[in-house]
Amino acid sequence: MKKTLLEIKGLSKSYPGVKANDNISFTIQEGEIHALLGENGAGKSTLVKMIYGLVHPDEGDMLLHGEHYMPHKPSEARNLGVGMVFQHFSLFEALNVAENIILGMEETIPRAELNAKIIEVSNEYGLPLDPNRLIGDLSVGERQRVEIVRCLLQNPQLLIMDEPTSVLTPQEVEILFKTLRKLSSEGVAILYISHKLDEIKALCDHATVLRMGKVVDTCIPAEETARSMAEMMIGGELSMPTAREFTPGKTLLHLESLTLESLDPFGTSLANVSLELRAGEVMGVAGVAGNGQDELLLALSGERPTDAGMVKLSGVEIGGMGPTTRRALGLLAAPEERLGHAAAPDMSLKENAYLSARVRQGLTKSGFTLFGKRDDFAREIVEQFDVRTPGIDNAARSLSGGNLQKFVIGREVLQKPTVLVVNQPTWGVDAAAAADIREALRELAANGAAVLVISQDLDELMEMSDTFAVLAEGRMSEPRPAAGMTVEQIGLMMGGNLEESANA
Amino acid sequence: MLRLEPRQQASSTMRWLTPILAVAITMVMGGFLFAAMGKDPFEAIKIIFLDPFFHETFGPYSRSQLMVKAGPLILIATGLSIGFRAGVWNIGAEGQFVMGAIAGGAVGLALYPAEGIWVLPLMTIAGALGGMAWAMIPAFLKIKFNTNEILVSLMLVYVAYNFLAAMVTGPLKSPDGFGFPESRSFTSVDSTHLPMIYEPLGMHAGVMVALALVIAAYVMMERHLLGFQIRLTGESPRAAKFAGVNPAIIVAVTLGISGALAGMAGLFEVTGPAGKLTTNFPVGYGFTAIIVAFLGRLNPIGIVLAGLLMALTYIGGELAQLSLGIPAAAISVFQGMMLFFLLAVDVFVNYRLVWKKEVK
Repeated sequence: MKKTLLEIKGLSKSYPGVKANDNISFTIQEGEIHALLGENGAGKSTLVKMIYGLVHPDEGDMLLHGEHYMPHKPSEARNLGVGMVFQHFSLFEALNVAENIILGMEETIPRAELNAKIIEVSNEYGLPLDPNRLIGDLSVGERQRVEIVRCLLQNPQLLIMDEPTSVLTPQEVEILFKTLRKLSSEGVAILYISHKLDEIKALCDHATVLRMGKVVDTCIPAEETARSMAEMMIGGELSMPTAREFTPGKTLLHLESLTLESLDPFGTSLANVSLELRAGEVMGVAGVAGNGQDELLLALSGERPTDAGMVKLSGVEIGGMGPTTRRALGLLAAPEERLGHAAAPDMSLKENAYLSARVRQGLTKSGFTLFGKRDDFAREIVEQFDVRTPGIDNAARSLSGGNLQKFVIGREVLQKPTVLVVNQPTWGVDAAAAADIREALRELAANGAAVLVISQDLDELMEMSDTFAVLAEGRMSEPRPAAGMTVEQIGLMMGGNLEESANA
Repeated sequence: MLRLEPRQQASSTMRWLTPILAVAITMVMGGFLFAAMGKDPFEAIKIIFLDPFFHETFGPYSRSQLMVKAGPLILIATGLSIGFRAGVWNIGAEGQFVMGAIAGGAVGLALYPAEGIWVLPLMTIAGALGGMAWAMIPAFLKIKFNTNEILVSLMLVYVAYNFLAAMVTGPLKSPDGFGFPESRSFTSVDSTHLPMIYEPLGMHAGVMVALALVIAAYVMMERHLLGFQIRLTGESPRAAKFAGVNPAIIVAVTLGISGALAGMAGLFEVTGPAGKLTTNFPVGYGFTAIIVAFLGRLNPIGIVLAGLLMALTYIGGELAQLSLGIPAAAISVFQGMMLFFLLAVDVFVNYRLVWKKEVK
């Protein structure tokens, strides 16, 4: 009989206008891998932030080893044996691994001792790390290792992981799972948040399902199907996109030896990227983050102009044109970073609708904003894409990540583009919303547009792509038909730490 | 241990209350300052804030000075607020104000003694262009070499001061001025004298133009594409690039507009209240306008109110100098306190102070 590690008793937390957590109770046993399931905005983040001491509950109590537990700040939680690995890493790219780990520590350890400890712990758990390497030189998977090792050095009893696999290659996911299972066998409990239901099925012992801030169900993932768990999350039937016949039309987007130097010192320059994207086609571009994805999006959105002939839209050379002209011609883009790139955080949804839809939707007249038309368009996005928000006057910042993503994708799709380029369309988006977004993108292609999907989620790419290419170190593989490829094949194409993953 | 914790959401009511709160704290702390100088604090505050309106002897004159002083502050602050909202920090409006006065004044002097109602508009345009040209120096350097516009625009203020001294002792010196370092009087010739529209309130033509431009600025910022692009650049530079905004154009346009409005304010000053170019012509309107812009929350209506308030402290401050012998420097400190306390109160709107025991 395993002992109870953490007992959560009736936690509630309200924010202005929304009850993020409503009387949440469940327990986590020692050594258990416990999944936390729920749609975007279901209250998962708020809950784990309370456990980690970042947010204070309005009501309720927690018991750790049977004793009252209510951390006031993360360092308190860490001292009591609760660690957390965030979805977005907090690492300084210009510092090395050991320096980054020191920054998170309370006590000071001599460097040599720390380095030895990092090497020891990271090897023990199958996550080899060189303490002297710069974070900027590491792959996303390796950066995550730094975050995990940082937690492990504190000897945690509970490790919270928020969407740890969204940026990993299949091989890296395997390594991570081995580590987590080893930790679990040593008695460390893991609270695991993910939208990837297959992973949860493979990894987790128990699952607690949240909906609208409440616990609605619990289950043993191994006894469920991905579909049944998704339905628990949304409380209804899940609509999966339907397969469709692909008959390519004429070439709409033509990249010819697209070369672009990255402005980011840790970015990847594009080298001779060529492809042809045809009407009705959804092309998936896979690759591990930081292999030129951002640069590819900037080159296509027009934020980074190139030589005119490198990018052609329906035969017109547009490489030298800026975003406004490209939009007018029908090339639209949805960048990966929702807040701060695709949308201005403190501006209302109305103004964010205007931000990229001004030209195609005719939202100005001799430079002056047509407020009625603008608001109608914003409302149309919110309605058609099921964006959950109290109203279009709300700031983009106030939306949960998944809802803002639906807004951003909806904004571009509803403008009826000729070619749409999207980067990470469903990052951090729950299963139901992700299915909606994918369906909208496929429908767009079915109606004669061409869609380029850049993503690190291979399942997603396999599900929606007609053709498939891999971007690795700024170079693009020859696109090939997606039918018949396996996830393993693609994972190997994606490069990165191939030898290491094969040996592990 | 005391710590600042960010608030979940800053109250929007508080955002508008902070300027009022800041003024109230300034009154209290200013009172201490005056008391420390051996002056009666209540008397001093009363003289600064109430006497300009209600004093039997000084009242009528002071009331007429209110708009005269507020006009340039509002005009300059309106221009500055446009840049500030884009994250372009023009600190050198004082220099642009001086250069506008010189450029516009030089046109008037070149045409002397031409008659005609076209002279003043021509001078106004020249004044605006002069201020704009001066502001384009930091704009150009920022776009081309990524220099810091705060430093460049500020340093150019002192260049402008020296340029003014050179002009009034050189080419623009009045031939009939007995060698004094000053230009001809603009107010003695009708064609270069800024007309007074409504004397009791001090509404000269420049004030009317300033108020019209406040409205124009509001319309541009809230309803026009350019205003949207300016705000977007300030809010989120990367989203602005995604929206197709060219940051270089925003830098040039915002610095150009703020320079032009400052230059125009300089021309109105020299053809109206000041009357002629002298080395004493600049009185710091360009710097005070920065306070006005922030006190007014970078919002046109707020700027009009803040401009009036600042003008009041100028006039009331002069009265306090006269009747209580409070030095001018103390009045400047008093004005500076307003910005200081505004920023301080702002911190507490966005953060809250929490007392936390050190956790082991």
